[in-house]
Amino acid sequence: MSTKPQTAEGEAIAFYDLDPHEHPAHASTTLGFWLYLMSDCLIFATLFAIYGVLGGNFAAGPSPADLFNLPLVAVSTTALLLSSITYGFAMLEMEQDKQGTTQLWLAITGLLGAVFLGLTLYEFYHMIHEGAVPQRSAFLSSFFVLVGTHALHVTFGIIWLLTLMIQIGQRGLVPANQVRVQCLSMFWHFLDVIWIGVFTVVYLMGMLR
Amino acid sequence: MNNQFWTFIFGRLTWEALPLHEPILVVTFIVVALGGLALVAALTYFKLWKYLWTEWFTSVDHKKIGIMYMVLGLVMLLRGFSDAIMMRLQQAMAFGGSEGYLNAHHYDQVFTAHGVIMIFFVAMPLITGFMNYVVPLQIGARDVSFPFLNNFSFWMTAGGAVLIMMSLFVGEFAQTGWLAYPPLSGIEYSPASGVDYYIWGLQVAGVGTTLSGVNLIATIVKMRAPGMGMMKMPVFTWTSLCTNVLIVASFPVLTAVLTLLALDRYVGTNFFTNDFGGNPMMYVNLIWIWGHPEVYILILPCFGIFSEVASTFSGKRLFGYTSMVYATVVITILSYLVWLHHFFTMGSGASVNSFFGITTMIISIPTGAKIFNWLFTMYKGRIRFELPMMWLIAFMITFTIGGMTGVLLAVPPADFVLHNSLFLVAHFHNVIIGGVLFGIFAGINYWWPKAFGYKLNQFWGKLSFWFWIVGFWLAFAPLYVLGLMGVTRRLRTFDDPSLQIWFIIAGIGAAVIALGIAAMIIQFAVSILGKNKDWDTTGDPWDARTLEWATSSPPPSYNFAFTPVIHDNDAWADMKKRNAQRPVEGFRAIHMPRNTWAGIVLAGLSVALGFALIWYMWWLAVLSFVAILAVAIFHTFNYDRDFYIPAEDVVATETARTQLLGAGK
Amino acid sequence: MSRLIKLALLFPLAAMLAGCNAVVLAPAGDIAAQQRDLILIATFLMLLIIIPVLALVVIFARKYRQGNEHADYQPDWDHSTHLELVIWAAPLAIIICLGAVTWVGTHLLDPYRQLGRIAPGQPVTADMTPLEVEVVALDWKWLFIYPQYNIASVNELVAPVDRPISFTLTSSTVMNSFYIPALAGQIYAMPGMQTRLHAVVNQPGSYKGFSANYSGHGFSGMHFEFRGTDTAGFDQWVTDVRGADAQLDRKLYLELEKPTERVPVTHFAGVENGLYTAIVNMCVELDKMCMSEMMSIDDRGGLGLAGVDNIAPALYGGGTRNRSALGPQKTYVAALCSVDEAIAMTAKLPALSAPKPAMVTGVGLSPPSLLQSPAAAAAMSWLAGQTASLATTSAASTL
Repeated sequence: MSTKPQTAEGEAIAFYDLDPHEHPAHASTTLGFWLYLMSDCLIFATLFAIYGVLGGNFAAGPSPADLFNLPLVAVSTTALLLSSITYGFAMLEMEQDKQGTTQLWLAITGLLGAVFLGLTLYEFYHMIHEGAVPQRSAFLSSFFVLVGTHALHVTFGIIWLLTLMIQIGQRGLVPANQVRVQCLSMFWHFLDVIWIGVFTVVYLMGMLR
Repeated sequence: MNNQFWTFIFGRLTWEALPLHEPILVVTFIVVALGGLALVAALTYFKLWKYLWTEWFTSVDHKKIGIMYMVLGLVMLLRGFSDAIMMRLQQAMAFGGSEGYLNAHHYDQVFTAHGVIMIFFVAMPLITGFMNYVVPLQIGARDVSFPFLNNFSFWMTAGGAVLIMMSLFVGEFAQTGWLAYPPLSGIEYSPASGVDYYIWGLQVAGVGTTLSGVNLIATIVKMRAPGMGMMKMPVFTWTSLCTNVLIVASFPVLTAVLTLLALDRYVGTNFFTNDFGGNPMMYVNLIWIWGHPEVYILILPCFGIFSEVASTFSGKRLFGYTSMVYATVVITILSYLVWLHHFFTMGSGASVNSFFGITTMIISIPTGAKIFNWLFTMYKGRIRFELPMMWLIAFMITFTIGGMTGVLLAVPPADFVLHNSLFLVAHFHNVIIGGVLFGIFAGINYWWPKAFGYKLNQFWGKLSFWFWIVGFWLAFAPLYVLGLMGVTRRLRTFDDPSLQIWFIIAGIGAAVIALGIAAMIIQFAVSILGKNKDWDTTGDPWDARTLEWATSSPPPSYNFAFTPVIHDNDAWADMKKRNAQRPVEGFRAIHMPRNTWAGIVLAGLSVALGFALIWYMWWLAVLSFVAILAVAIFHTFNYDRDFYIPAEDVVATETARTQLLGAGK
Repeated sequence: MSRLIKLALLFPLAAMLAGCNAVVLAPAGDIAAQQRDLILIATFLMLLIIIPVLALVVIFARKYRQGNEHADYQPDWDHSTHLELVIWAAPLAIIICLGAVTWVGTHLLDPYRQLGRIAPGQPVTADMTPLEVEVVALDWKWLFIYPQYNIASVNELVAPVDRPISFTLTSSTVMNSFYIPALAGQIYAMPGMQTRLHAVVNQPGSYKGFSANYSGHGFSGMHFEFRGTDTAGFDQWVTDVRGADAQLDRKLYLELEKPTERVPVTHFAGVENGLYTAIVNMCVELDKMCMSEMMSIDDRGGLGLAGVDNIAPALYGGGTRNRSALGPQKTYVAALCSVDEAIAMTAKLPALSAPKPAMVTGVGLSPPSLLQSPAAAAAMSWLAGQTASLATTSAASTL
């Protein structure tokens, strides 16, 4: 056999990693989840574009000014923004490995999310009750679908949160669960960011229009 | 009361939905059913079910998933091609008052199904199969980032295909053209199940495609072997990265727009309707914002395959690696700025049309640079005319001509006379067959020995090659001519008898392509069953240049016992040149993901959900949706997702390879 | 010069297509002829680079085959700055030429633009009143309304040669594309929207017209005859049509609108006032709110919550068609004002007022000076002819 390959300086060149280190588990999970969030973001981008184009087509029906109840939306917005903060507290507690307080903050987050969801559903119920159904105009179609898709995400977020709390209860803050808490945190903050967009574009600009 | 009960159970699915009165479909169904029964019987007789379940269906091995994608794509190619042959036959017959043999109800389904199947269930699975199989090997990884997700993605794609195939025998398929423009695809003008099959088939498959895109991006970004910087990645990996970026950045738009179409159809919202302020042209814009990147999703990996083939079979480094990479990235970005060229005739105004026309032309610059790069890779090389190289030459000639007619269509005033004509049909078949399909064939011939350990039969391969080339030009050159004669697409009958000869030539071309497909099937059969196999003991039958050839053929489940360290973009050529020694001792246990049933079960439930929605079986829809949620949640309670291949198993595998390599010398 | 090149380009194509009637390459109208010229120029420009590439593929593949031991072999040669420059610059140069031609050509041949000439060297003069035709794509036939003559026909379009034609187009239900290859390029006809097309036919004869966008079951039979005649012939045809029995009013239109296939040529001696406007605004049914009315209400913020009930079940057309599975019965927004008010309102709709001739921004571009190739010269001289005829556009009469 020939001699081992060498660099110009005479050092042996390694062509194989003979002393491999274990890849940290879930090394690419956060990147992968972030990529998923970006694809989800594009779904919202499409819905925003639709709302931008169709949002003024009232079909001689009601407009935002006739329908939106800003104080109510302000309360639900506050609940959602607060839930982002409480999720942040949960993350801080998790970093200190305090399982009990992590669970507590997660529970508060879930409750705030449920408040937001309840208010959104109330708003939908109220509008439908008044006859402002999604079928009435392109504006209402795009409104219900944009806000509804966000609400659907919050619903799945709450289901995920509950599942995760059971899993933390069963296994504690093991690394696998920590990654899950991180991913859910990204998801939760993402929904917050989307909601800020919805609040601005749909509600504030709608009332100003 | 009784009637209400059955309506509750079966929704709008009735006996009338089964095409029992259509002899062609009944015969097809009988043939498919008998074939399926024979297959099931054979699998049962040879006791293969357990093997298939444990080794393939539940496998998270990227190589096996890659092969399953390829099988799916090739099977669906047969279905898509039958549609093509039916269209060619109808158009060659229906002259001078003849209605041909297909009525509008069937013919319109056939051309819609042909487009949908060829794009979503032939081209997409085939390129995803290649990316799955090859990318982890090329970057020296043991699997993809998310192996379970990979299995799930495959089964969702297959689930979408199952839904589309169901439409053949239960109900009908869409009669709208492959992009299902509203208002035609709305509930008012397409009330039957066809468009719903279209929507849910694509939605189920789309989930798989998007997640597979996320998976492969994370794999390429995070799991490259040490030393492999971005500018040392093989070109196929680069093009795969760009393709998956395009997937993740475009498929969500398709998902959203199809959801809105579904809402219009199911709930009566007014996104794309004529009344209540809806806007159908919004759909056309959005679907093409997905649709144009889609064609680059298909072609980019094929550019990658051709880059590998060009340098391997020219025995030379790829010319202009850097400009190749930049060209790919530029195409990726520009593909988002051209969608409007699909509907210049909408009346957007001259400035908008010119903008999109010129951006389209600009894409031809990096594409042209790529052609030149392959050309100068051949220059001063030693070209071996193996099958992949033959496909490369055929591609360079065919694709260049297809590119030319494409730029022609990008000139808006020219598009006004050629849009929707058979010239357009000829153009996109010229680039999709000449580019994507030829690339896939080159890739199959190139990587087959890697996947199975022996080369494909040359004789039948060459026969298939010539049938395809001759058949392609016979089938599509007449369509260019017909386009210039002002013949539009999707017509079922014709009045002008002078056109018939061209359709007959095109029909003969399709028949020759059928011979090419037959020869290819024989090529596979002869190679698989033949006794005198061209076994590859080296793992590197082509004297190739990238890392997938550094391991055995087929590779062990863990790909590499020791992760390679990379010093050059032609990593394996570099290792061969500098005589890198393969380690033969010091093996360790290898950490690998465990197989899982969750992917196939979730996809099966998604098919049930899709079917329930198509037929308005609301109870089944709710049930399967809840089941999907429950299974997904249940799956997250499984923390035991990996295992170690014991060191002694690794030693045994690697020692066998050492012996094989020694014997081969 | 340019004519020579055009002929040289045409020759092989013409020889190839001698056996067939390649109408796109030999049209009967000036607009289609100019579009054909653009195809030829673009093809020629691209062939400048395509032919060498194809030749090189064959030459390299042959020369550097494995069996040829004499050929140079440099396995590690993979970069050349000069070559890289050429392979990026050469396509770029072609695309710059083509881009300039495209920009100018697209503006000059914009279907919304009124004609500046009826043939090369024959500018439109003030006494040429464009023939107005209102085109409606129905399932699955074409309705042509001649507002200047107050007549209409189904599946038959007749126009005098050398007189500019001004089409306005819409559709009753789904998207179609109006295309007469011999006359001019196509344009979509879409429900609730209006597109425009300007063209002229120069040679008398009978030509095919059809829908170039799939629109459902009857699509294959959705074609019509387009005839170019002399003025006398056209007048005769108008007289013939006026002799027909039927008058096209709203009621008859709603009958006509129903899906039918391969409808024979039908003439209408008169057309109800405002019918086309009502079709574009999707309010042929008298109690249905016109889009123009709806849009002006929406501009003012809708009708408020009271407006939610201002809907009526769709009895015409839509009512017989299927409704969504989970949604309510198909409805539409009911009209608020009387027919006459609605028509008065729609008349004010900006989209329907006479279009102003748009400025051609493309002409403002100075030709790229680096274009010295014969192809560029040909393109430029062709464009110069276009520009000259353009000057007369402003003199063209507008109705």
